[in-house]
Amino acid sequence: MRVTRRYRFAASHRLHSAAFSEDENRDLYGKCSNPYGHGHDYVLDVTAEGPVDTSSGQVVHVPTLDRLVSEQVLTDFDHRYFNADLAEFKTLVPTSENIIRVIENRLNARWSDAFPGEWPRLEGIRLRETKRNVFELKS
Amino acid sequence: MLITRRAEFSASHVCAQPTLSTERNREIYGAAANPNGHGHNYVLEVTLEGEPDPITGMVFDLKKLKELIQQTVLDPMDHRFLNYEVPPFDKIVPTTENVAAEIWRRLEPHFEGGRARLNNVRLYETEDLYVDYGGESR
Repeated sequence: MRVTRRYRFAASHRLHSAAFSEDENRDLYGKCSNPYGHGHDYVLDVTAEGPVDTSSGQVVHVPTLDRLVSEQVLTDFDHRYFNADLAEFKTLVPTSENIIRVIENRLNARWSDAFPGEWPRLEGIRLRETKRNVFELKS
Repeated sequence: MLITRRAEFSASHVCAQPTLSTERNREIYGAAANPNGHGHNYVLEVTLEGEPDPITGMVFDLKKLKELIQQTVLDPMDHRFLNYEVPPFDKIVPTTENVAAEIWRRLEPHFEGGRARLNNVRLYETEDLYVDYGGESR
């Protein structure tokens, strides 16, 4: 069974790659490469998977998941500028594809501390940049 | 092809395991263990899987699915206190996980041998928390 918990954070980013010229960046990323960046209200869905524990009736202890996501993701990401404030994006372009991969790495880094048993496992992550742009990663 | 029908019901519950102490229940379930219960507006999404019938163009008659959800889920659960009024939650904790699995068990027999198969039950307890259940094997 899968349990999905939704979180929100507001952050800004600029899509601009040092590998390309200004014109190439403009062609590739359009207004997303405007020099001072822009922001989104991101919606992050984290899905945990596992059997229902017969004693608690739960797949995942939600407050523990909340703490993990808060410590590993929200505290660093919320009300920040990805390009300037986060080490991972000093060289990596903060597209939602790259952001979701970084979120997966950050959750995996502490997942087994939060959930020491075989279950629950991280099943997947969904990141909504805008209502029309949604990115999904299956672990 | 997948088709999904959405339904809503409001119900109250207490999440506490009678075999555990009050303190332990509070650790596991937090405010959800408060003894007199609390309520949610549950949102249920029932997904069926199948190929459209060549004559009707439908995987399953959505009106029939609506009636089926009404009879098997909404009539017994809507505006009820799950622990007291909806078995098996007199014996098992009505967490979202257990409620989703119970809804699956109630719906699944109605699709045996038919064109459409029950693919998934998604149950939102709040906008920010939902469970997906696709049967024993998933």
